[in-house]
Amino acid sequence: MKKIIFAFLALGVAAFAAGALEGEVEKQPLNISAIIMFLVFVSGTLGITYWAAKRTKTAKDFYTAGGGITGLQNGLAIAGDYMSAASFLGISALVYGAGYDGLIYSIGFLVGWPVILFLVSERLRNLGKYTFADVAAYRLKQMPIRTLAAFGSIATVILYLIAQMVGAGQLIQLLFGLPYSWAVILVGILMIMYVTFGGMLATTWVQIIKAVLLLSGATFMALAVMLQFGFSPEALFAEATKVHPKGEAIMAPGGLVSDPVSAISLGIALMFGTAGLPHILMRFFTVADAKEARKSVFFATGFIGYFYILTFIIGFGAIVMVLNHPEYLDLVKQAKEGGSPILGGNNMAAIHLSHAVGGNFFLGFISAVAFATILAVVSGLTLAGASAISHDLYASVFMKGKIDEQREMRVSKVATLMLGIIAIILGIAFEKQNIAFMVGLAFAIAASANFPVLFLSMFWKKLTTRGAVTGGALGLLTAVVLVVLGPIVWAEIIHADELKAAVDAAVAAHGLEAAAAAKAAFIKATAIFPYKYPALFSVTVAFIGIWFFSITDKSDDAKKEIEAFDAQDVRSQTGIGAEGAVSH
Amino acid sequence: MKQEIVKQIQENLKYQELVKKRSFLAWGLSIAILVVYYVFILVIAFDPSLLGAKMGDGVMTIGIPIGIFIIVFSFVLTGIYVRRANGEFDELSRQIKESVKG
Repeated sequence: MKKIIFAFLALGVAAFAAGALEGEVEKQPLNISAIIMFLVFVSGTLGITYWAAKRTKTAKDFYTAGGGITGLQNGLAIAGDYMSAASFLGISALVYGAGYDGLIYSIGFLVGWPVILFLVSERLRNLGKYTFADVAAYRLKQMPIRTLAAFGSIATVILYLIAQMVGAGQLIQLLFGLPYSWAVILVGILMIMYVTFGGMLATTWVQIIKAVLLLSGATFMALAVMLQFGFSPEALFAEATKVHPKGEAIMAPGGLVSDPVSAISLGIALMFGTAGLPHILMRFFTVADAKEARKSVFFATGFIGYFYILTFIIGFGAIVMVLNHPEYLDLVKQAKEGGSPILGGNNMAAIHLSHAVGGNFFLGFISAVAFATILAVVSGLTLAGASAISHDLYASVFMKGKIDEQREMRVSKVATLMLGIIAIILGIAFEKQNIAFMVGLAFAIAASANFPVLFLSMFWKKLTTRGAVTGGALGLLTAVVLVVLGPIVWAEIIHADELKAAVDAAVAAHGLEAAAAAKAAFIKATAIFPYKYPALFSVTVAFIGIWFFSITDKSDDAKKEIEAFDAQDVRSQTGIGAEGAVSH
Repeated sequence: MKQEIVKQIQENLKYQELVKKRSFLAWGLSIAILVVYYVFILVIAFDPSLLGAKMGDGVMTIGIPIGIFIIVFSFVLTGIYVRRANGEFDELSRQIKESVKG
């Protein structure tokens, strides 16, 4: 047994291997089938990486897999990027904890897709080359636009990465009994290997394989749950409301969005954020033409929608089959805090359910798939972040386009390494946060900085460089500042010690039941910006900023930029001239 | 792309037809999904109990089928768009490209 684990560790963390199984670990029985399946996945994907590395020679190969991915493959890969650990574990955890609120989140994540198809995807394909900044900077000044786009991309990527890393840490801790931080380090190292050696080709195939595995596994779980209730949703819901502490409240909207501002703000973040995620936008450059780009979104929307329906069933299944079942309870935590906390936290609800429906073998399969999910998603994210650094910042801004491809590729590999290390450090720092909310924050920035600039560059003739840069920067800044001043970062992270003291005092005075109320009161009193989702404000700031600083821009450059719109528009509508952009 | 070619394409009747038809469809479908979604979100914000209304004697609420409907609706809309774009619109684009070459 130990041999297997050490062989596994040797893959990436040989230097840390000694003593890995000693010291403080969560007391979890080792799951041999999980470890074997995970090893099969890792060796398979490393094999793909080796294969891809031999085919990745040019920058175009590295960034876009040579542009030869089909619509169906790309649809699966997009769905794979989207069906992250945060979606799978986080949303099923939300359903498990709050019922219907999980569905609200899922719907918000999904409805951005049709809008991307109708307004963004084919224009993006017709205009761009490697990153969405290619499109935003098409008729505007390269340097300022690319700098802004790169900052927007990197901020989004890093926030999203944190969420994935936290999921990875919790999962491997539960599965392997490894300390959280070691798990995060392992993910970081594997991800760096996929991306630096295999580029977009390896990243895409890892993503496709994982999407198929995840969809199959989730389908099996949902079927197993429904089978128990004779395929009657009513029977499932009836049982769930009976055992859940919130009772029938889980069948209706609850605390996730309690006020109108939060509700609208969350909606804007999810909808426009999707259309501003750099790792998703980048996928539209891996297909041959606009037709395949459209098909990609059609397939992706279908897979993602199907997947969210499955997570909803899985969440309710977990309420019935995991909640109140002593084998999944965290007894230590229960003695301290009361309630019925499950091992590894709520984010592990889907993992425990896999054990409940399919025993150790299926737990192993789902754990391995969930881990594979994290690996695949962090790889896609890191590739997008690295492209922003190498293609936008280094090649276009710093070297002003005077750089050979090989050198640009080397820079993106160094950037991958840097991002990997940053992801590891931040993954450890953000251990205790709910990962679904972390993704929400990434969406706010994508919606406020990336999306408005990209969207207006394609649809609004009068957009100028000054307007795009000023408005986009204001949007980015507003989103970041409001996130920092908001309830999670300002109250729960920066003032964590005071929060703990306040909760402890309340518990000492009024018992365990007072803890939640004391926490909520402290957060309300401490957070400078009261809403978790800043998108309503930051997106508005971005659009108004871009509009105002564009129409007041009377410079000669602005005139030229406005004149250049017609040519851009014709190309974006027909694809004339686009073939050359990718095949040369 | 040269300015004359841009002008030539913009004056092409087929191009004008393509832009008009696609804009109508793309914005129409976008508005459809936005309206459905924001009505849903605003109901949650202002009167969540509407979605919590019971459908029958059991615990099933009307919010569940509505939620599932929005997911299916999104997918159906993408299907409608892709069907027309990959057929009709691409055919128009092809004709425009040919007239530019010719």
